Amino acid sequence: MATIKIRAKEKDGVTTVKALMTHPMESGFRKDSKSGGMVPAHFIQEVVCEVNGKMVMNAHWSGGVSKNPYISFKFDGGKGETLKLTWTDNKGKSDSTEAAIG
Amino acid sequence: MNELRRLIIKGSMAAGTLGVAVGAGLLVPTSVLAAWPDKAFAEKKMEDALSMLLGSGEMTESGDIKIKAPEIAENGAVVPVTVSADMAGVESITIAAPNNPSPLVASFDLADGAHGYASTRIKMGKSGDVIAVVKADGKLYTAKKGVKVTIGGCGG
Repeated sequence: MATIKIRAKEKDGVTTVKALMTHPMESGFRKDSKSGGMVPAHFIQEVVCEVNGKMVMNAHWSGGVSKNPYISFKFDGGKGETLKLTWTDNKGKSDSTEAAIG
Repeated sequence: MNELRRLIIKGSMAAGTLGVAVGAGLLVPTSVLAAWPDKAFAEKKMEDALSMLLGSGEMTESGDIKIKAPEIAENGAVVPVTVSADMAGVESITIAAPNNPSPLVASFDLADGAHGYASTRIKMGKSGDVIAVVKADGKLYTAKKGVKVTIGGCGG
């Protein structure tokens, strides 16, 4: 299942990336109304963006980032190149997508 | 069949398969990336979390850091925060919410060429400050913005 939607546009020598990921982002602090216990923590910990195999941005997150997380960042250059965005969560699951920088 | 498996099966008789796989970009050394800072995220006090993450508690308030966040957040579960840092040599941007059960929320490591800009949406348990800490040229700078939260974002 594709869990990352991404837009990467280059303008005046700067690429702006906007990505939306699908993920419950449970912090582990929420009570489960049915069982009375806490909903276990399940959230994206790492988001990495690479352009041509070189890391451009590496984010570390806690469960304090909102559900279905949004991220945006900018970097020099990128015109005509491909970027790869990967997320990894606290259960070791991960997903990744590539996008052409338009 | 997955590219990596094909390569390994094809090359299983030949020497240097792993070298070929790395060259083809199929094996990325994960040790190159900084590990998830679990101790910093577990700290209950923001000052301790920041100092553990960034290696120092000394930071200077800076007007070069702009935090865009709503004055009043209708839904504490989704508070959009954008940090822009204008100074040169920005290496990382960190976002914290001191009133959250886990005050350290997000940290963005920026490689050379990446701008001092990061935007995301965070949860805020209750009204309070959003703190941004920017590491630039080895020094730490900080700014804050108060956000009123009408409905808390931690599931309360």
